Amino acid sequence: METKMTKSLSVARATRMSGIAMGLLAVIVIVMALAPYWAGRAELRLFGEIFLYMALASLWNLLAGYAGLVSVGQQAYVGFGGYMFFALAILWGVHPLAAIPLAGLLGALIAAPVAVLIFRLRGAYFAIGTWVMAEVFRLSFAQFSALGGGSGTSLPVDIVKSLADGRAAREAAAYWLALGVVVAVVGLVYAYLRSSRGVALTAIRDNELAAKSLGIDIWRAKFTVYVVTGGLTALVGALIFLQKLRISPDAAFSVNDWTAFVIFIVVIGGIGTLEGPILGTLVYFALRETLADLGSAYLIALGVLAILIMLKAPKGLWGLVRARSGAELFPLSRRVRGLDD
Amino acid sequence: MRDFPLKTGSNAGQNTLLDIRNLDAHYGDFQALYGLSLRVQAGEVVSVIGANGAGKTTLMRSVSGLMRNQAEQVVWKGREIGALRADQIAALGIALVPEGRLLFASLSVEENLIIGGQMKRKGPWTLQRLYRLFPILQERRNVPATALSGGQQQMVAIGRALMSNPELLLMDEISLGLAPVIIKSIYEALPSITGEGLAAVIVEQDIAKALAVSSRVYCLQEGRVSLEGASSEVPRDAISRAYFGV
Repeated sequence: METKMTKSLSVARATRMSGIAMGLLAVIVIVMALAPYWAGRAELRLFGEIFLYMALASLWNLLAGYAGLVSVGQQAYVGFGGYMFFALAILWGVHPLAAIPLAGLLGALIAAPVAVLIFRLRGAYFAIGTWVMAEVFRLSFAQFSALGGGSGTSLPVDIVKSLADGRAAREAAAYWLALGVVVAVVGLVYAYLRSSRGVALTAIRDNELAAKSLGIDIWRAKFTVYVVTGGLTALVGALIFLQKLRISPDAAFSVNDWTAFVIFIVVIGGIGTLEGPILGTLVYFALRETLADLGSAYLIALGVLAILIMLKAPKGLWGLVRARSGAELFPLSRRVRGLDD
Repeated sequence: MRDFPLKTGSNAGQNTLLDIRNLDAHYGDFQALYGLSLRVQAGEVVSVIGANGAGKTTLMRSVSGLMRNQAEQVVWKGREIGALRADQIAALGIALVPEGRLLFASLSVEENLIIGGQMKRKGPWTLQRLYRLFPILQERRNVPATALSGGQQQMVAIGRALMSNPELLLMDEISLGLAPVIIKSIYEALPSITGEGLAAVIVEQDIAKALAVSSRVYCLQEGRVSLEGASSEVPRDAISRAYFGV
């Protein structure tokens, strides 16, 4: 036990390193914001996809890694957001730029009654319950004949054109929306975790019983996170299908695309850290871009990697980095700094 | 049940904070408490002793809302609270120092304490006041709570409960697993905690410690009160009988 710490210490969350990292991050965001002027069409599309997955992974991490709500049914909100975007734009003639946030809002609205229902379940039963809900969503939208029923529908050309003039401008607009949403989502999760509600959330994760007896309303804390996450996931879903321009129940509510890969990303990156999902997304896309030609061997490789990381580095790649270097890009924990008074 | 003369009187006075009336508590089909009655006056320190399995922790869980019962079986300042949730009970001013401490492992010492104060009840307890009581916690305030020694962790657990500025502090086996010298220092801090009229229920295996800090004692045996009396007056042999049931 070390003692003799005198009062010549100060406490801060930010470190010199996190300051540099924040600066670097700002530079990266600016460079990426200019991507439509320096990158090709294929790259732009890939970057947009990376950003949307990063947002999905950050949201799932908040849900599972911080609130302890291990959902395997987040595809319900991706698909719901996508379908609401199409419905608002095609059936009610809402401008696409207004339909995107509205789809997110509707996602939050539908998440509230879903939460009331599935919060009655615990642990593994909760996970299964979320999946069942997602299937209910998929089957319901397959009945929705105005949007093509089981075979789905495409976004009409005039709606696509109302977004911006010319193909390059439209693709740039979709790309900027994706970049904007990932910056907003990561920023929001960061701000939330730094607030007193975020500390309460961490306390619940550590010990639910103790948190309860200290007056934390666990149900409300988890409900808030679930509804906010559901809404933002729906918003991301709207952007995903704006990029794809076509929606069908099987693509919209795919457990593989919107949940399994997202869980993979968060687990290999490091669950319960802000940096983990970001790093995990980059690793996932690096693997996909290099190994996708291998066909099913690629999926086997992903599985083997996930198992290896869970066995050898249960805190993920970012956990490994942090254990070696103590690095923290987003300063959440407080640190002591020695200072002369 | 044997009764011994009570200094405070056993009639429900106006100053009764907590009044437990015929509490039955169940874990599924298993009944842990049978018609248990217990009363705590404002500012009073009551100790609860008993062997393992006597129902002490069940009693703590019932009062703090971690176990929910019939509303009328637990009364707080005249209000029936037996069926409330734990967070609602905490907001009323009943704080629990849980058995085994249950600190938040990924939070620092200070964050653990801040969590305790998140209900923002008004009262004398602040971080500064707590650090005066346990100076070692100030020195180590940025360390992860679970990196502390067992005794220091217990200080954090007590401090975390105090930060909510409770009117009643429930302490469940705070000496469990600690070295005697540490237990002694924690018990030496108790008078400065309860000195300002804070009532407390102390669950303790160590009978001598329990009697020394409390004004009244309840002994539990197999879910029932087997003895109740003023701590300074109950004879030791009566306690032995009440404790072991022989």
